[in-house]
Amino acid sequence: MNRSESYDVIVVGGGHNGLVNAAYLAKSGLKTIVLERRYLVGGAAITEELIPGFKFTTFSYAISLLRPEIVQELDLVKHGFMVLPMVNTFQPGYHGEHLILGSDPDVNYHEIARHSIEDAEAAQDLDHLISRMARAIKPWMDRIPPNRLSSDPVEVNALNELKVYLEDLDPEVLDLIEKCTTCSIAEILEGYFETDLIKAMYASSGIIGSRCGPRDRESGLVWLFHKLGEYDGLPGSWGFHKGGNGGFTQALARSVEDFGGKVRTNAGVDKVLYEDGKVSGVLLQDGSILKANVVVSALDPRQTFTRLVEPGDLPKDLVDCIENLKFQGTAAKVNFALSSIPTFPGLEGREEIYKGFTNIGPSIDYLQEAFEDCENGKFSRRPFLDCCIQSTIDPEMSPPGNHIMSCFVMYAPYHLKQSDWKSERENLADTVESTLTEFFPGFSDLVLHREIVTPQDIEEIVGLSEGNIFAGELFKSQLFLDRPAPGWNQYRTPIEGYYQCGSGTHPGGCVSGGPGRLAAQQILSDKGL
Amino acid sequence: MPLTTPFHSRLEEINQTGIWRHWSGYLVAPQYQYSLSNEYYSVRNSVSLLDTSPLFKYSFTGIDAKVLLERILLRDIGHCEVGKAHYTCWCDDRGFVLQDGVVMQVNSGEFWLTAAEPTLRYFRGVAKEMGLSEVIIEDVSSDFGILSLQGPQAYNVIRELTGVSGTLSYFDVVQTEIVGCSVTVSRTGYTGDLGYEIWIRPDDAMRVWDALIGAGEDFNITPIGTTALKMVRVEAGLLLMGTDFYTSRFAWVDSQRETPHELGWGWMLKGLENDGRDFIGRGAVEKELEMGRSRWKTVGLTVDWQEYEFTYTEAGILPPHHEVYSESTMSIYRRGSKDWDYAGYASSFLVSSLLKKPIAIAKLPVDLTAIGSEVNLEIPVIREPKNVLARVSKMPFFNPPRKTESLGEMGAHE
Repeated sequence: MNRSESYDVIVVGGGHNGLVNAAYLAKSGLKTIVLERRYLVGGAAITEELIPGFKFTTFSYAISLLRPEIVQELDLVKHGFMVLPMVNTFQPGYHGEHLILGSDPDVNYHEIARHSIEDAEAAQDLDHLISRMARAIKPWMDRIPPNRLSSDPVEVNALNELKVYLEDLDPEVLDLIEKCTTCSIAEILEGYFETDLIKAMYASSGIIGSRCGPRDRESGLVWLFHKLGEYDGLPGSWGFHKGGNGGFTQALARSVEDFGGKVRTNAGVDKVLYEDGKVSGVLLQDGSILKANVVVSALDPRQTFTRLVEPGDLPKDLVDCIENLKFQGTAAKVNFALSSIPTFPGLEGREEIYKGFTNIGPSIDYLQEAFEDCENGKFSRRPFLDCCIQSTIDPEMSPPGNHIMSCFVMYAPYHLKQSDWKSERENLADTVESTLTEFFPGFSDLVLHREIVTPQDIEEIVGLSEGNIFAGELFKSQLFLDRPAPGWNQYRTPIEGYYQCGSGTHPGGCVSGGPGRLAAQQILSDKGL
Repeated sequence: MPLTTPFHSRLEEINQTGIWRHWSGYLVAPQYQYSLSNEYYSVRNSVSLLDTSPLFKYSFTGIDAKVLLERILLRDIGHCEVGKAHYTCWCDDRGFVLQDGVVMQVNSGEFWLTAAEPTLRYFRGVAKEMGLSEVIIEDVSSDFGILSLQGPQAYNVIRELTGVSGTLSYFDVVQTEIVGCSVTVSRTGYTGDLGYEIWIRPDDAMRVWDALIGAGEDFNITPIGTTALKMVRVEAGLLLMGTDFYTSRFAWVDSQRETPHELGWGWMLKGLENDGRDFIGRGAVEKELEMGRSRWKTVGLTVDWQEYEFTYTEAGILPPHHEVYSESTMSIYRRGSKDWDYAGYASSFLVSSLLKKPIAIAKLPVDLTAIGSEVNLEIPVIREPKNVLARVSKMPFFNPPRKTESLGEMGAHE
């Protein structure tokens, strides 16, 4: 047997949180290695040139929740970090009806006022309130959350601090937060808008990646979560990384290496090794062993607690909790290589409308019906689509003249009733194409190639259980103090030296890096560093 | 009515904002699109197109042209061979800067020079004083429009239209054709990125504009206004006359005047000890150096990100990041026991979206100008003056290899 390599820290999983975690630990002088099962790092944030010249953002495709501290502290600009502005949000409706919201608030006012003057004013009020809400929540996104089961005075104090913080909040902000935790997004928006197209545009953030419809109460919190990001300091805005989200994770990998850490691909981990409740290393799928006193799982909670280690070695209440976690992926992707830009009737030649998100989901009813199909165990016959033609922003994403289009599809349940994804994948893509053709006549004629990603593919390729893009639903019972489980929301596990840093921990999913950063803080503080 | 540049009818078509400003008496757009960021990022992400025609342009011909320019310009014109360009400046006889500009030798013995302000009479006066009879100095400002094509994809655009791009090194100039129109192309710019500036006859303006837009279409070519330009030039550490310094010509007192050393242009004087050039202001410039008489230095400042965030957050408001560019003077103080201990000022301030840092061009007393020196920069937070920590840092702030790299036929891939 080979003498095994030894490290201070082994990070299992080279998704963006694993890389962030490793970069911080390497920066602190720990001998750190990231082990990635696939041939490239990035997890769900990758870019792949599947056909020559066309760069596909196979899974995640935009950035907003990324903690700005990470960009600073890991010196990411030096390593190629560059997020480009999304100039417009385009919401097509029926019969040529549409909304294009861009960078000038006054122009946006008039654009919404075409549909309703009062809605235009309401949008200003709501946007301002969302910004204030996001700012209020930010400090709690960026710190290790209190442990609500602990009797340690530090934790009791932290919980108290949280209580006082909430009490002291601006009542309007607190009211919106409370609404988001108790009401559906449709209900919340009812208080602001009268126009369906506008409600639908705002509502879409409430269903992204989650098994809930806009009229389900879970959608309020999902919506809130998606509003917590920023682009270039603009609350709630999104950007597009140069070269796709894979460009971002490549920059992260360079940062890890620049701080002296190692990144190893094609290195799947079979088991985490531990003795007497103390971690000692990992066993790779190729049979080799790496040693370390700290092992960090960047995988989702199901993998962290029930695959990498023996669940029987863990407290039963924790294992029960993990087994009851909701994953239930409901999102798919169909990415297109296009010969040219799609055409929306009445907006011919307006390429700039695609420089941002294009939302197909023209009414609350449309979104709700899409969800009802999912509840019946089918993918939506008319899905909600969140599209992005990234080559209109970054010309290097496609060959000159052609385009690449990322298309996020809801709903596509992980478990299909009376069928399976192997037989349905092409049907899903056909449905997406026909939906797009309904809004963009002739769309199908532009398609050179399509990449189909079902929830099962997400699970198999990325390793996210049931294809849940957030590594666990963003529901109230699975967030903040309870992510991934009450008492185990501070990145530690019952095994000494074994930590968790994936999106299944606080603050949660999306390309935020928050879990990786906070877990690093916890590890360093436990080591007295 | 202000004048319009040769490209104006095209500019008018694309100016979504309807906003115009004046630049040397010409109508120019501060920004064409609603998204300033989109224009700004085109310089770093794809390729931008900017109309800089309002610059003053002068031509110098005749055997004495070189003699005259050697007398006027700070940098040694002897090194500006045919097909080369120089970024340079010129001073008054007390060694204070009059202007900066780009000079290029477009044909043997024929030089072109850009300037921000009129200077024909001055140049002719110097020639007369020197008794030079074999030099013709002309104001050719309206004989050319200038387009600046800047950004990582600029090479691919110019390659589609001309055959010369591969051989054009940094600060090279060449006369060539674009869609049959004679143009002069230099590998220069005011963005700190890969780029070209193209001198175009007014009659050809539309054809060349259309050709560039056409060739750039697949590379996301983006016409940009003057605001995006001013933002990126801060990242490039390039000074703007009227903002970062003033011409000595209209100064009232010496504290408004600056020397090349004080502006950070000491590099223009490389090799001075070994040449006998007699340029205007040489004596003063040498004396300044000898006696260490520079009153201040122009440096880059990087604001501490955490303090910047905290200062606004503490006041309960969002730290301004998005499209923050300012030409208002901001005071700088020494850090120490004394509060508000005035040291100098920042003349340009940008919250760089690219670099994710607030940066500034500043004037500081020499003892504070070592890289890493810490100072306080005054920023208004809900109208109240607050100090944030800033550090002297290397300028340019952004300096990608592609700016100066030789580009072979393989393309501008990084």
